[in-house]
Amino acid sequence: MTTAISVSGLHKSFGRTRALDGLDLTVDTGEVHGFLGPNGAGKSTTIRVLLGLLRADGGTARLLGKDPWNDAVELHRRLAYVPGDVELWPNLTGGEAIDLLARLRGGLDKKRRDELIERFDLDPTKKGRAYSKGNRQKVAIVAALASDAELLLLDEPTAGLDPLMEVVFQDVIFQAKAAGKTVLLSSHILAQVEKLCDRVSIIRLGRTVQSGTLGEMRHLTRTTVEAETERPATGLEGLPGVHDLRTDGPRVRFAVDGNHLDGALRLLTESGVRSLTSHPPTLEELMLRHYGDELAANGHPAPGAETGTATATTGDTPSDGAGR
Amino acid sequence: MTAAAPPRTPAAPVARGTGRGTLAGTGTLIRFGLRRDRVRIPVWLLALLLGTVSTANSLSTLYTSAADRASTAETMGSPAGLATSGPRHYLTDYNFGSMMGHQMLGFTAVLVGLMSVLIISRHTRAEEETGRAELLRSTVVGRHAQLAAALSVALVANVALALLLAAGLSGLGIEGIDAGGSLLYGFAHAAVGMVFAAVAAVTVQITPWARGASGMALAVIGAAYVLRAAGDVGNDWLSWISPIGWVQRTYVYLDDRWWPLLLALAFAAAAAAVAFPLSTRRDVGAGLRPQRLGSRTASGPLTHPLGFALRLHRGMLAGFGAGLLMLGAVYGSILGDADDLLDDIDQIQEALAAMGGASVTESFAAMTMIPVSVVASVYVVMAALRPRAEESAGRAEPLLATGLSRTRWAGSHIVVSLAGGTAMLLAAGLSFGLLGAATTGDGGLVLRLTGAALAYAPALWVTTGVATLLFGWYPSAVTVAWLVPVYGFVVGYLGQMLQFPDWLNNVSPFGHVPQLPAADMNWTPLAILTLVAAALIWAGLAGFRRRDLDLK
Repeated sequence: MTTAISVSGLHKSFGRTRALDGLDLTVDTGEVHGFLGPNGAGKSTTIRVLLGLLRADGGTARLLGKDPWNDAVELHRRLAYVPGDVELWPNLTGGEAIDLLARLRGGLDKKRRDELIERFDLDPTKKGRAYSKGNRQKVAIVAALASDAELLLLDEPTAGLDPLMEVVFQDVIFQAKAAGKTVLLSSHILAQVEKLCDRVSIIRLGRTVQSGTLGEMRHLTRTTVEAETERPATGLEGLPGVHDLRTDGPRVRFAVDGNHLDGALRLLTESGVRSLTSHPPTLEELMLRHYGDELAANGHPAPGAETGTATATTGDTPSDGAGR
Repeated sequence: MTAAAPPRTPAAPVARGTGRGTLAGTGTLIRFGLRRDRVRIPVWLLALLLGTVSTANSLSTLYTSAADRASTAETMGSPAGLATSGPRHYLTDYNFGSMMGHQMLGFTAVLVGLMSVLIISRHTRAEEETGRAELLRSTVVGRHAQLAAALSVALVANVALALLLAAGLSGLGIEGIDAGGSLLYGFAHAAVGMVFAAVAAVTVQITPWARGASGMALAVIGAAYVLRAAGDVGNDWLSWISPIGWVQRTYVYLDDRWWPLLLALAFAAAAAAVAFPLSTRRDVGAGLRPQRLGSRTASGPLTHPLGFALRLHRGMLAGFGAGLLMLGAVYGSILGDADDLLDDIDQIQEALAAMGGASVTESFAAMTMIPVSVVASVYVVMAALRPRAEESAGRAEPLLATGLSRTRWAGSHIVVSLAGGTAMLLAAGLSFGLLGAATTGDGGLVLRLTGAALAYAPALWVTTGVATLLFGWYPSAVTVAWLVPVYGFVVGYLGQMLQFPDWLNNVSPFGHVPQLPAADMNWTPLAILTLVAAALIWAGLAGFRRRDLDLK
């Protein structure tokens, strides 16, 4: 497997603000890579460095084996970009903007363009000013996907799209993936990332805090287990890696670290399991694990692994702010 | 993103004040507007005050003897002199006061008009264009409040200017500049300022773009200036159509007539009375005409960088092109008058002959090239700064993420600026030449006057170069490029009147252009200007390739 994007130790400052502080990112060819982080974490800055629109202060970045600053134009012919906040020319129609961007990129597949316009339900005859935010976003998405780029850099591409269009977007990205394209998708919509992405990188304050497949990440975090046993399951509180244990007669509920799951389940089966539900942490929980302290600082209890799932009970005591 | 700081007066400020009708909230908006402009307006007022006072002061030191003033009066009585100053009646008693009224008033009237137009479009259309008006209008603000507040801010600025000028000029204690005349002199500025503020109040209703609205109002100022130039040289009634002509006909410091200011006030009131109903015939953020649908696909030329740049520039190219054609035509049509007028006055013939050996027609033609080249340079700066405007609006980002290189993208705009500026000169020179030939009966003028206009092209290219250099290296300071036309205007206009030293003239690229057809052609400075322009553009593009893009 070859590497489409490899970034290591990237630094970028704007005056005194440090936007990127040693960021690492590796995206393999043909994968859809989720790029997650809160506002201001440095996602857009990274993508703009990869586009050669900004020049990094330090570190290395390679894109399709080339240097994003020096080989910018050559690289741009092989990639397509959707910015998070699309600005259009007020006196150009959406159709004209699509053609302009796609042709300047090096080619336009007319059939594909018309098909995409139809699927996204876009009126290409309106002038730039007349489009809503979501429709401006559609113009950029159609322009990016109507040309035959091997790498897609998408910076929160669906901000402003309605849920129906979100489905169309996911479908189109699956197609792109099936066609062997590489996608770097920065996003806030976790369901989107969970559905589309093979691997994820979570960044914070300009630094990568975690990177890997969702499966790997889940392994590193806690799984919530709820069970009903014949005999009270004693001894759980003594096991390593078990947290937030709550016992209610025959029912127990606890969170357990990925690498201690086996021991905890063994103990449960010894007590005679009648019912068992367990669920892996959602991506949201993974994110919260890294940003829990920020929430706590804002007066919200930092959630552990038991929140945010369908089976969660309300009124849980705040956990210990997992992951700090 | 961090949250914005909370407003300092959070307790529903718009609810009090001017009641709950269509003007609700006007009082608050006026204070808000004055606060937003707390630097801008004082800078304008100070610049206008200092410019006026120092001019009056220099006049009194330059023309100490009555004989000096009499000989200036003779020069200023020539068509070239009248076209760039004011009506002939001022010459009957050419003291320091009437010199100000004659030579300075028309010039500063244009600047006061500019200030007023910018105030109005900044507080009305620009607010709508950015979407801020929507936020404001959702509060307790009447539908007429924003326009009323903008006009009030303009009124405050203009009246303040009037009082400052009156105090400043009468404080100089120069002979012929008395307190009563100075008060009229000040309020003449305020009156003309309010006329153009009211004109802008109408133009901002017409188009949805602040730039277009300001452009239309500036075109009206230009037309008013040209009309009074034509009227003062030829048919007097033309000057009576021009608001600038009205205030010049107060014959300030000479006859001190106040009534022409009533004309200006009536006109301003009438224009405002049109603007308010117009503003309710359209939606917030929209122009008077609904936006039409356009093409589904892009034409071939549009997807080439140069074709695309031309498309973005075409409105401005057409507007300025039409303006310069008109400007040339008006000057051409009075060239014949100038010719006839001066045949009768032997003294002036001799004086002019003594100065440079050129004919009256030639020196008049050379003189008119100054406003022509200044207007063309305004276009050139606007065009050359277009890439910066695109960049700040976030529209460069998607383009530069395609196979379009930075050099080709910025270069295409620069090419439009270079070629467009040259086309502007060509338009003005041709129409000047054609009408000049028609009115004087000298067919050779067509080529000579077109050539005379085109001689300014290298100076325009240097202007493009200065803008490009700033764009490449100091993008946040690109407005400094406006100094080139402003400096060219001030030196070209006031330089002769105030007898500026040569070096001041030589700082401006326009100072090096041979003053055709009055002077002989000299290729050397033109070649040097072209080289300088090329070097500046090259350096600017090199800087742009190296820097970060300014991103939203």
